[in-house]
Amino acid sequence: MSSETLYGMAAEFDTPEAILEAARVVRRYGYREARTYTPFPVGGLAEIFGFERTWIPAFFLAGGIFGAAGGFFMQWFANVVHLPWDIGGKPMNSWPAFIPITFEMGILFAALTGVTAMIVLNRLPQPFHAMFQLPAFERASRDRFFLCIKSTDPQFSREKTADLLKSLHPLAVLEVPR
Amino acid sequence: MTATAESPVTISSGQDMTQVIPVLMPGATYASVTDQIGGIVQRPLTWLWIMAFGITFVVVMVLTGAIAYLLLRGVGIWGIDIPVAWGFAITNFVWWIGIGHAGTFISAMLLLMRQNWRTSINRFAEAMTLFAVACAGMFPLMHLGRIKFFYWLAPYPNTMALWPQFRSALVWDVFAVSTYGLVSLIFWYVGLIPDLATMRDRSRNRFTWTIYGMMAMGWRGDSRHWLRYQTAYLLLAGLAAPLVVSVHSIVGMDFSEAQLPGWHSTIFPPYFVAGAIFSGFAMVLTLAIPMRSLFGFKNLITIRHIDNCCKLMLVTELLVAYGYAAEVYTGWYSGSVYESYMTMNRFIGPYAPAYWSLIFCNIVAPQILWSRRVRQNVIIVFILSLVINVGMWLERFMIIITSLQRDFLPSSWGMYYPTFWDWATFIGTLGLFFCMFFLFARLLPAISIAEVRELVHETAGGSVPPSKMEPANVI
Repeated sequence: MSSETLYGMAAEFDTPEAILEAARVVRRYGYREARTYTPFPVGGLAEIFGFERTWIPAFFLAGGIFGAAGGFFMQWFANVVHLPWDIGGKPMNSWPAFIPITFEMGILFAALTGVTAMIVLNRLPQPFHAMFQLPAFERASRDRFFLCIKSTDPQFSREKTADLLKSLHPLAVLEVPR
Repeated sequence: MTATAESPVTISSGQDMTQVIPVLMPGATYASVTDQIGGIVQRPLTWLWIMAFGITFVVVMVLTGAIAYLLLRGVGIWGIDIPVAWGFAITNFVWWIGIGHAGTFISAMLLLMRQNWRTSINRFAEAMTLFAVACAGMFPLMHLGRIKFFYWLAPYPNTMALWPQFRSALVWDVFAVSTYGLVSLIFWYVGLIPDLATMRDRSRNRFTWTIYGMMAMGWRGDSRHWLRYQTAYLLLAGLAAPLVVSVHSIVGMDFSEAQLPGWHSTIFPPYFVAGAIFSGFAMVLTLAIPMRSLFGFKNLITIRHIDNCCKLMLVTELLVAYGYAAEVYTGWYSGSVYESYMTMNRFIGPYAPAYWSLIFCNIVAPQILWSRRVRQNVIIVFILSLVINVGMWLERFMIIITSLQRDFLPSSWGMYYPTFWDWATFIGTLGLFFCMFFLFARLLPAISIAEVRELVHETAGGSVPPSKMEPANVI
């Protein structure tokens, strides 16, 4: 198997501390194209390989503003433009009465947009992923922590990368086929 | 006095039991919690479950029968009439939607408050919310009379150029309840994604592997995914927290917008929210106490959880008691003959037994929760939770029936008697609720596995040193 047929080289650990330390070492050796897989969120891990911030909050905000504005517009349009109906001389644009629906529509659209953004940015649904080929990877959702250096990394070399990973005292070093 | 104040060590060494009882029993590892919670779903069916599911399924059939007859004959099969046009249907609606409030409260509010004890109860509390909202949502639709026109509630382009009345609290309610149901579903599903991946990886047959695999969408615990996931989950919690408050406030406004004595009161929105969370926690305990025994979750849902839920019940109970007191005070202070008559009618009128029962169930009985020994006795807490469920149902019954029954003119007074079909519909939704809950408990992890793994990490990592979690201190 040449490095073209490999997705990457993975190392398996059994504590969050071990993978955090391993990721720091791998980053110090100059690798950038690496991914970590953990059974629960481990703080600081994504940041090591340059994933500092996410746009998720912006999507929530945009969805919320759109929903609230749209919700208010709908009520204003219905009561002022499309079907103005004088009931006891009450103002057509009686905006305080429109607030509850404006609020609910804001929440609804913020939640829908934000969660959709989370799923799409994570490129889910993704039925196949190279890591799923490893039988050991089943435990990534139980009690094992995986670090995978991708073969697309300019520094990737089958032997050197494997040696580096072995020096980190993992439970196993595994080749991930493409 | 001064001695204890100067020596805090003696205070913390065994006086306050709740400080010692951990939220997670010692000895838990990532693998053990995963296998324990995931294993429940994979173990063979027990006769107890089949029996319980079978009985509730029969009750669901009663509900389908009641709905079919309702569609055939109309709302005349119920006891409603003028003046009591809102009978069991609205009572049940408000009761169910109230129960549905605890799930999102636990998930959202307690997450934002960093109450880590929520971890092992949030999943099934959210499921409870969804099922309760499903039961609640049916009642206003059934109460419409002509169910086939239910879509008239929604603003849609129509040839009649008509719009819903956006100034009405009843239309706000349509938006509030449907938003609440949808956001609760999203919140629940997002929380489930990592656990569905765990279930996919645990599957040993192709069928479950495919189903859980599709639902998990290819989740693999990538750290970048986790970061986006956690951000989205936290923001969802931030959105859901005010949503919880808004939904039952709007339900309260359904009543207070009317001019009827007993309904026309500014206390309603906060009083309804407190009552909703009160009844919701009662239902959480009704479900949690048998579940922790039957599924062997005593190490995950500890006495600490029961104790904390009881404390929250006590707080919300006192808020509800304030609401009752404010209603009576308003009856006197308003100087209105109608308001004061309505209050007296509750005390000594034809429905007085319901009023005094609810005072007993919601105000008197929960006072035993001041005692820690009671809060930590699961049998007493379980019985009390049932009593509170009944009490909160009676509260809604009392608010709706006694207010409508004798309003302004004695010539328009009347009585309300529930019919067989009222009861069949109500009991049918109880069956639906428990039937869906039994299915949930068998098909999905009832406790969030990923979050408990995180809790294992946190408690081993310093916030609760393992040395302090000695089994001797544990009930």
